[in-house]
Amino acid sequence: MRPWRTALAGLEGPLVAVGGAVAAGALFMVATGHDPLAAYGAMITGALGGRGLGNLLATLLRAAPIVGMGLAAAVAFRAGFFNLGGEGQLVLGGLAGAVVALALPGGGLLTALLATLAALLAGGLWALAAAFFEIRFRVPLLVSTLLMNYPARLFASYLVNHPLRDVGSGLPQTERIAGGVELARLGAGGRLHLGVLVVAATVLAAAFVVRRTRVGYRMRMAGLNARFARAGGVDLDRLGYGVMFSSGALAGLVGAVQVLGVHHRFIDGSLTDPLWAWTGLMVALLCGSRPLGVLVAGLFFAAVQTGGFGMERATEVPRELSRVLQALIILFVAAQARFGFGGGEREGTG
Amino acid sequence: MDLLGLFDATLLGSLPRFATPILLAALGGLLCERAGVFNIGLEGLMLAGAFGAVVGSYFGGGALAGVGVAVLAGLALAALLALFAVTLRGNEIVIGIAINLLASGLTVYLLRSIFGVKGAFQDPAVVGLPIHRLPGVEALPFLGPLLSGHSSIVYLALAATAAIQLLLFRHVIGLRLRGVGEHAEAAMTLGVGVDRLRYGAILASGALCGLAGAQLSLGNVTLFVENMSAGRGWIAVVAVMFGRAHPLGVLGACLLFGFTESLGFRLQGLMLPSQLTESLPYMVTLASLFVFRARASRG
Repeated sequence: MRPWRTALAGLEGPLVAVGGAVAAGALFMVATGHDPLAAYGAMITGALGGRGLGNLLATLLRAAPIVGMGLAAAVAFRAGFFNLGGEGQLVLGGLAGAVVALALPGGGLLTALLATLAALLAGGLWALAAAFFEIRFRVPLLVSTLLMNYPARLFASYLVNHPLRDVGSGLPQTERIAGGVELARLGAGGRLHLGVLVVAATVLAAAFVVRRTRVGYRMRMAGLNARFARAGGVDLDRLGYGVMFSSGALAGLVGAVQVLGVHHRFIDGSLTDPLWAWTGLMVALLCGSRPLGVLVAGLFFAAVQTGGFGMERATEVPRELSRVLQALIILFVAAQARFGFGGGEREGTG
Repeated sequence: MDLLGLFDATLLGSLPRFATPILLAALGGLLCERAGVFNIGLEGLMLAGAFGAVVGSYFGGGALAGVGVAVLAGLALAALLALFAVTLRGNEIVIGIAINLLASGLTVYLLRSIFGVKGAFQDPAVVGLPIHRLPGVEALPFLGPLLSGHSSIVYLALAATAAIQLLLFRHVIGLRLRGVGEHAEAAMTLGVGVDRLRYGAILASGALCGLAGAQLSLGNVTLFVENMSAGRGWIAVVAVMFGRAHPLGVLGACLLFGFTESLGFRLQGLMLPSQLTESLPYMVTLASLFVFRARASRG
């Protein structure tokens, strides 16, 4: 009985936050002249219903990058590191994946693996640079990671607009990667791809590391109280490098999954316009940065977003209401002091 | 390339325009910092102001109405921030992030609800801020383009810098505000209303960011673009750090960051790829953080 009860106790806060946001969103819709009941109804159908469970599959497909970016944020937050640079790390990962996939001759599984590896490295190193700046030069991570998003995005945009542009298509994008490098589809004709399983497996692996290993214990301890962890013999600098590299590498992995599994090329803005990184960050905040919680919260936010599309088709309410709801949920989460970054305060940041 | 040739009237004239939004937001951030609140919601407050300005100008029939609605929008969002950060005592970093995302989502939602467009809204009915030409100064070399030919908000930002300098160091409210920031409990035992002062600082930052947004959407251009604040609120957060929460220091930092933005703008005119010139302000801001920490650890 006990584990069940603790699980419920952990859910109480997020549930209050979701309830508050749904109520605030309803008031907001009334204020802008919409019918909240019809809109929420259409949202639920839009997320889960549809012919042949089509909407549910769309939610699953959307959940892959959200859960992945949620995990990337959660890994850093859990140890008390404010990585707001998921967007830049994601973009550089996707870009590196596409470049390697295009540059290597042959194609096939090996190329796909090498492209993914390049994506992990690119995202990881970009995050590692921010960790180095904080640990070596005391540049606050919170601000440096955020600011580093812009050069990363602009650099990728420059490359696909100029040297790497697929001139024939007339669009700011790279050429299409070879068919053999693309991630396999799950089931014939569907849009679900292998990347969805890769992300799910990564979440399980991360949950194991956080809950069952020594590194995971150090992460949790540092996140709850950095000074206590230091006094207990945790090398916070080493932990910081490891955690930030892993966080960035996970973001890079999502970039590779999207490029190899969905777009089959790097398209300018395709990883930033859907706000994967920011949605993932909110997911991590909603679930208190617990890896398995990321899975649940990520699926939930994916459902809110696909639901938004359904709502827009069925009613007059713009689908951007989903974004308002998500932000409101996080605002209500923040009001409950024990949530936040890994549940603890970290000294010396900001 | 002739480096000195870069310093022409275009560059000098664009400096105040680019520096002003960052300066106004940073002044708001400075007040919060002095009151012991780390406000990273400046970006969202500025975006709300930029959107409010266009709404006000479109429906209110003029730039003044635009500025009014911009300030109100900044205030409204700041009130929400203060409610959650001060009254409900939530984590200010999480709240700041939530406010930024809320502003981004709300402006896009309202852009579609009110104007029925996506991406950007531009209309002849949106009236921009009038430009003031200073007689006498206008004709001067260098100083002319630098000082003359700007909107009222540019001059207002300079006045606000001076006013905040006086408020902080020459007025009892400033003394109390600094006391709250340095040691809230000590200030409280002396009978200072800590929460009231923090509300005041956050609301002031909302109004200042509202003005900053109005300069963006009615001064620098006359349109609203989704997420047009483009990280300027974060640059303002760095300006507060770099200027060590001192009005004159912050002014200096904002002039530097504004200068890199106008330099990037100027270099774009020389056929350099826009993506490279646009990343210049972020790189310089990032670099300034190294100097900030080096100084902080020394003194």
